[in-house]
Amino acid sequence: MSVKTEAVGKEWPATTYEVGKEKIGEYARVIGLDNPVHFDRGAAEAAGYRDVVAPPMFCVVYSAPALGPAMFDPEVGMNFAAMVHGGQEFVWGEPACSGDEITTTAKCLEIYEKDGKGFYVFETVSVNQDGAEVVRGTWTNIVRGV
Amino acid sequence: MAELSAGEQIAELKVTPDKYLPHRYAGASGDFNPIHIDPEFAKAVGLPNTILHGLYMMGLVARAATDAAGGDPKALKRLSVQFRGMGAPETEIAVTGAVASVEDGKAVIDVVAAQGENQTIRNAEAEVAL
Repeated sequence: MSVKTEAVGKEWPATTYEVGKEKIGEYARVIGLDNPVHFDRGAAEAAGYRDVVAPPMFCVVYSAPALGPAMFDPEVGMNFAAMVHGGQEFVWGEPACSGDEITTTAKCLEIYEKDGKGFYVFETVSVNQDGAEVVRGTWTNIVRGV
Repeated sequence: MAELSAGEQIAELKVTPDKYLPHRYAGASGDFNPIHIDPEFAKAVGLPNTILHGLYMMGLVARAATDAAGGDPKALKRLSVQFRGMGAPETEIAVTGAVASVEDGKAVIDVVAAQGENQTIRNAEAEVAL
């Protein structure tokens, strides 16, 4: 058995997400963050932000929807029953604030086989309404027994 | 502005996610994969029970790294992790780290998240602005 690699380089349609103050607060509470810049507009503005600012890892909320169609694409052909999320990297640029409209595109960077496992590496790039890059994610999924 | 120097340990973060934390994280994140919220489904696919979302634990690693840099969320510039052991609800998670290098106003911090001996996130590297 071996992995299919024809999806390497493929890009999927962009998704757009409008960041909201209460959604930021919901995420921040689950992670246990108590910095008022995530909850209070005045505190965020006093700290130099345009509006309530999202915690860095809130990026999963607005960037993951772009990845869905890539993960389920038959051309990629991942076996979900044997898949684990093996690794993740994010590189942050402009902070994401309430009111931002963030557009994310997903691309397949690499598919390869190593030690009997399939490695499926995707990249998401998210930009805000001004065209500034907010975050770049590298998502590595590992499938056992390919 | 935080001051960090190479070799320094960052403050340890200890969190015990309650039984329903994965449900709240699913709602907050939009990731409703049933392996995180449905014990019957988790067992049917060979897991001991429901497991924590890896990205939740990565969120805790980001929190510890941000705190080490002084607490401003925009201090965290890059975070890469490897997910290894599975995380369980109702078990304490300890996030520990040490400063690997400090250069040009940026520090690189090596971080691990573990439940006892089970390292759920290893080889994590956080780059923070000082």
